[in-house]
Amino acid sequence: MDFSIASILTLDGLTNGAIYALLGVGIVLVFTVTRVIFIPQGEFVAYGALTLAIFQTGKVPGTVWLLLILAGVASAMDFVSTWRHRGNPAAGLIAAARTFVVPAVVSAISAWAAPRNLPLAVQALLTICIVTAYGPLVYRVAYQSLAGASSLVLLIVSVGVHFAMTGLGLLFFGAEGFRNPSFWDQRFPLGPLNINGQALIIFLASAALIVLLWLFFERSLYGKALRATAVNRLGARLMGISTMAAGQLTFAMAALIGALSGLLIGPTTTIFYDSGFLIGLKGFVAGVIGGLASYPGALVGALGVGVIESFGSFWASSFKEVIVFTIILPVLLWRSISSGHSDEEH
Amino acid sequence: MKNIEMEALLNTEVPAPSPASRLRSWGPWLLVAVLVALPLLPLPDFWIIQLNYIGIYTLPVLGLVLLTGVGRLTSFGQAAFVGIGAYTTAFLTVNYGLSPWITLFIGLALTGISAAIIGGITLRMSGHYLPLATIAWALSLYFLMGNLDGLGKYDGILGVKGLTLFGIEVGQQRIFYAIAWTLSLVGCFAVIRLLDSRSGRAIRALAGGSQMAEAMGVDTLRHKIGIFVFAALLASVSGWLFAHFQRTVNPSPFGIRMGIEYLFMAVLGGAAHVWGAIAGSGVVKLLEDQLQVLLPKLIGTSGSYELIVFGIMIVLVLKYLPDGLWAFVDRRLPRPQRAVDWRDAAELPARAKPAAGEVVLDVQAIRKTFGGLVAVNDISFQTRAGQIVGLIGPNGAGKSTTFNLITGVLGLSGGAVRFRGEQIGGLPSRRIAERGVARTFQHVKMVADMTVLENVALGAHLRGRRGPIAAMLRSDRAEERQLLREAERQLQRVGMGDLLHETAGNLAMGQQRLLEIARALCADPALLLLDEPAAGLRHKEKQALAEVLRDLRATGMSILLVEHDMGLVMDICDHIVVMEFGTHLMEGTPAEVQQSPKVRAAYLGTEH
Repeated sequence: MDFSIASILTLDGLTNGAIYALLGVGIVLVFTVTRVIFIPQGEFVAYGALTLAIFQTGKVPGTVWLLLILAGVASAMDFVSTWRHRGNPAAGLIAAARTFVVPAVVSAISAWAAPRNLPLAVQALLTICIVTAYGPLVYRVAYQSLAGASSLVLLIVSVGVHFAMTGLGLLFFGAEGFRNPSFWDQRFPLGPLNINGQALIIFLASAALIVLLWLFFERSLYGKALRATAVNRLGARLMGISTMAAGQLTFAMAALIGALSGLLIGPTTTIFYDSGFLIGLKGFVAGVIGGLASYPGALVGALGVGVIESFGSFWASSFKEVIVFTIILPVLLWRSISSGHSDEEH
Repeated sequence: MKNIEMEALLNTEVPAPSPASRLRSWGPWLLVAVLVALPLLPLPDFWIIQLNYIGIYTLPVLGLVLLTGVGRLTSFGQAAFVGIGAYTTAFLTVNYGLSPWITLFIGLALTGISAAIIGGITLRMSGHYLPLATIAWALSLYFLMGNLDGLGKYDGILGVKGLTLFGIEVGQQRIFYAIAWTLSLVGCFAVIRLLDSRSGRAIRALAGGSQMAEAMGVDTLRHKIGIFVFAALLASVSGWLFAHFQRTVNPSPFGIRMGIEYLFMAVLGGAAHVWGAIAGSGVVKLLEDQLQVLLPKLIGTSGSYELIVFGIMIVLVLKYLPDGLWAFVDRRLPRPQRAVDWRDAAELPARAKPAAGEVVLDVQAIRKTFGGLVAVNDISFQTRAGQIVGLIGPNGAGKSTTFNLITGVLGLSGGAVRFRGEQIGGLPSRRIAERGVARTFQHVKMVADMTVLENVALGAHLRGRRGPIAAMLRSDRAEERQLLREAERQLQRVGMGDLLHETAGNLAMGQQRLLEIARALCADPALLLLDEPAAGLRHKEKQALAEVLRDLRATGMSILLVEHDMGLVMDICDHIVVMEFGTHLMEGTPAEVQQSPKVRAAYLGTEH
């Protein structure tokens, strides 16, 4: 291996690592606010990439219909729970309508836009809207009523959601894979390297999103409120913070991060309905390196995972997944030694 | 009143078992009878094969019952352990012609070692790292199996031979059924026996966090690793069966998807119940078969659409049926009372007690800081054998923190703690418990679904030696009777001799506190630390408690008491230490403390 191969591999690794960083940050975000270990984060990646791919073929993506179904279920749940709570069917209807309206509008626009072969950027924007709308609905349908359960129960729920979303992905996208067109084909030669526009977009988008999240959590009152719910749900509620709204917002952000990652990774590799799981788990490895608590830790971890993966695929291509998922063990060992004894979980 | 009726019922020595509780004791044998009868019926071969699969699946799910249902640790790695068992036997029998009856044990050894390494790494940390680590590890093992040339890559190893037993071909039908279900049932009974033993009580205490269990002297990390390894070994046996049943192994049945499905089987069946393992694997296997036929017909193309149904079912089950299917059966069968067989057991050996007046606990300038906050600021005091020392002070004075420093729950920031002349500061709490320090907790910590007797017997953990294997073989019964006898003795001492068989979660607050005291006494301590023992007690109960404490003092016990009930404190304490804002305010006899203007000011504020 010479310097030029090493630098190409490093660049490649950092590009993928930037996407894992986004996902790692998303996973840390969801865990810190809701204590949910969000396995289905990766499914949003696949949904994002594949929704755009179907838009490219001029058809209405299946995710639009699924969104409507999910919105229907969520509104029905809102209707029943509000009716029971307030004893007034009209209040229930209002609550249901509130849940239904955004997904319905997004679906309607998407159905209208699909056959018109709009520019890539517009289709990408629509994709982000569709997938982001999933976030709060998934929270509403699967997690909300279990919000007080132990993080172990929430983890098992996550696994259930992952199963369902993978299966539905197969149903709506089929078993074939798609590779999306690049957003920017321009190439910039830099020594032995050839940086393409897509890589630049990936870096910029990841960096921008991470900075925005950091600002949101450190500098805004709402961000601090979200962090407060993570520390003590009851205390946060007593302070007037709606843990339900916090959960839905967090999931919307997670879905947005997933969709964006899907758009970014779509042109670099072929995405199948079940590709999201592995991509998401690499984000997980990154998140675990950051102790599921630290955003900079997740960022560094993600870049590390990307680089290890790209060097791993050069030296032992068939074992690259083995390498990536085995490094979590020494990382955990290091964390367990440095953190001392376990903390009491109640 | 219901309570009185219940007590009256519990007082009768030999209660007549109701038909339902009789069913509970006969139920397992009924199940065995049904399982023996099934292959003797003229069932089609297809059904026998289905039942064989269910038997094979039961083993890893049973491991999850112990691990997740009882120990509250989650693993997605059971399928990977099944894979190690299956690949080990397939590789060694096909390539080296070893007998499957040898490779079974090689597989068990390999599985055990990998599980011990993974458990050792992840179980030190809080709960959610284990599932994450098992996901990552299961994936890497899957890709490893799929990429190693020696293991046939994704095609796997073909041509694995069936089992032979005493020269008879086992095949895939009724003889295999006998072997698979014998192993599964042996597993079930082993887990049931394990849970009803000294180790079992320690395992059941894990669910409530490690603090209480450690204070009882339980090495929680060892028990966690233990159940993780045991669950993996059950999975390994299942893999061995699977390889010789299918006659071929490839990575797909050992991937993360199957790992999740095993967990689903456990949750659906009822993760806290041994028989839920069989129920869960049966229902999921039959459902999967039906869905694999039905869904592609409905949708028009083939594919693993049953995932959608499983995924939605997982969420629904956790939401509406969190205890699983078996909970329905379990609820309808009242538990029969434990047969009292320990009354004539030998007494447990007791430790040598300090002589009256000897300094038992010597606290020297201990200090605890949390960041900039000094919670305990250079506190010093002593307790002597045959003395009750009260530690009092307004809320937030640092009394419970002092307790936690003495018992090793928190680490010292400075100072020293000596117990009977030996430095104990900085030791983990179970090592301190070992030396004869027992405690109760301000917020009662007990295993709510164990009986009062079992909870109290947990306190005698360090006075027994027999481990999990002895429990499974039932060679621990003599010791078990000694432990239970001691538990009953201590319960009678605190006046709860009539509540032995009550479920601890049903007790009133005051009774729960007495349970904790009895549990602490079971450890045969030289020093007893009681954190607000009278909170929630009624007047009569308080008087009885004071009587018990005086009796204990008379036997030479040294007692340190945190309590807000001043009547009780002034009544029974020989010496009182007053704390305020983490500092030592004063100490002296009850009379001195009562007269001290400083103490009055601390409690009531100063006069202006």
